[in-house]
Amino acid sequence: MDSTTGSKATRLMGIFVLLGTALALPMALAWTGRDVTQGDAVRFIYLHVPAAWTMYLSVFAVFIGSVMWLRRRSVFWDMVAEAASEIGVVFALLVLVTGALWGNLTWGTYWEWDARMTSTAVLTILLAGHVALRQATPDVDGRATRSAWLGLALLPNAIIVHYAVDWWRGLHQEATIGPTGAEIQDLQLFTWMFSAVIMTTAWAWLMTHRFRVGFLARQLDVGGVSTALAERRAEADRTWVDQVDRADDLDAATPVQATPVHRSAPEGGA
Amino acid sequence: MISVLRSASLVLRKDLLAEWRSRVVVGQILPFSIVLLLVFGFALDPDRQVLEAATPGLFWITVLLVSMIAAQRSAAIEAGDGATDGLRLSGLDPAGIFIGKTLAVVVQLVLLEVVLALGVTVLFGRELGGWLLLVTATGLATIAIAAAGTLGGTLTQGLAAGQTLLPVLVLPALVPVLLGATQAWEAALSGQDGGWGWAGMCGVVAVLALLLGAASYGSLLDEG
Repeated sequence: MDSTTGSKATRLMGIFVLLGTALALPMALAWTGRDVTQGDAVRFIYLHVPAAWTMYLSVFAVFIGSVMWLRRRSVFWDMVAEAASEIGVVFALLVLVTGALWGNLTWGTYWEWDARMTSTAVLTILLAGHVALRQATPDVDGRATRSAWLGLALLPNAIIVHYAVDWWRGLHQEATIGPTGAEIQDLQLFTWMFSAVIMTTAWAWLMTHRFRVGFLARQLDVGGVSTALAERRAEADRTWVDQVDRADDLDAATPVQATPVHRSAPEGGA
Repeated sequence: MISVLRSASLVLRKDLLAEWRSRVVVGQILPFSIVLLLVFGFALDPDRQVLEAATPGLFWITVLLVSMIAAQRSAAIEAGDGATDGLRLSGLDPAGIFIGKTLAVVVQLVLLEVVLALGVTVLFGRELGGWLLLVTATGLATIAIAAAGTLGGTLTQGLAAGQTLLPVLVLPALVPVLLGATQAWEAALSGQDGGWGWAGMCGVVAVLALLLGAASYGSLLDEG
């Protein structure tokens, strides 16, 4: 069994993420300009929005994985859903934390009962619940089926999160980049796009490693039964051999009693 | 395969009969709901104005919390005696079983809500009105809560952490219902406009929850 989940592909992705982050940091923190109304607080856009994008990506992966397990019992896609939900929790928390920090700078409060913020919090809890449900179900197939049905409910929630700013008037600003165009230009737009690419690559790196960990864990789960059976058989064989040895020892220890020899009468009489 | 409606009516009758014989709703859940109302009163300082203003929210929070108990009980009726296999092999339509169980929870919740409505009128001093909107919103929200709770109960049935996991999974999904029902009640009680839209939102969630539950119940029963 492999002892590492790394590969050439993951190393390349990791190097790209590290180098890209090293380039993105000065772009985001220094080279791009301040916003007219938000000032330097606008720089959160280069972290908060890509984190939200990767949160959506995770939810979509969970949804597809759930569909594929329910339709085709695809173990591969079940493991994709498993990895995506865990990583989705991480990025959802990142969205909430960066959003809270950004909100405190711009709105003067860490939290408002805004439609987008509330629905994002709900989505985060559901993703965590998906992870908890998988961890609480001991049976491999039962785990996949139960979490798959829950996984189907995540996509409508993500749709509500995304369109909340359009459906309900709240504190959260509308989309910076949309079908009709972008509200940011030039280096800001490039930095935003670049950050999104880096974040997506980081997501892919995490997904690949987590998928491989899940694969190894599943092998252990499934292989564990076969291993246990083999061990029980070996134990039974040893027990049989021990019993035979003990029987031999017992025979060797027990003195042989002289048995009377019965002489037959000579033939033909005396 | 027995038809969906026939299966639903059989399971509804079975679950209500089990409840009638055990008296768990009347003997345990109802007193718990009244205690919740009293606790809200103590926590919010028995200031009538605060309690009156918060009546719709407090009512629906109480309904949500007791619905978790009702949903767990609904899922555990067969599990306690190991009768889940019997249900699986009975030939009843799985969608019908889900609908029957949901309706049983609806009946229990409606009984609780009638008592709770009296309770908020007496304890919080809020007079009820706008009956058409109130009853419609309550009905739709109750169906949504019962369907989501029954589905959640089945998802978590038999798990060691099932009792704590059920509220974590179901309550976030019912946030739109809590919001819609509370807003619809507020509109009904204060005579404001817009309540029907909120009631409609509860209806949408009810339909989605019923469809998801009916589609998933068969495979969840097999895995249980």
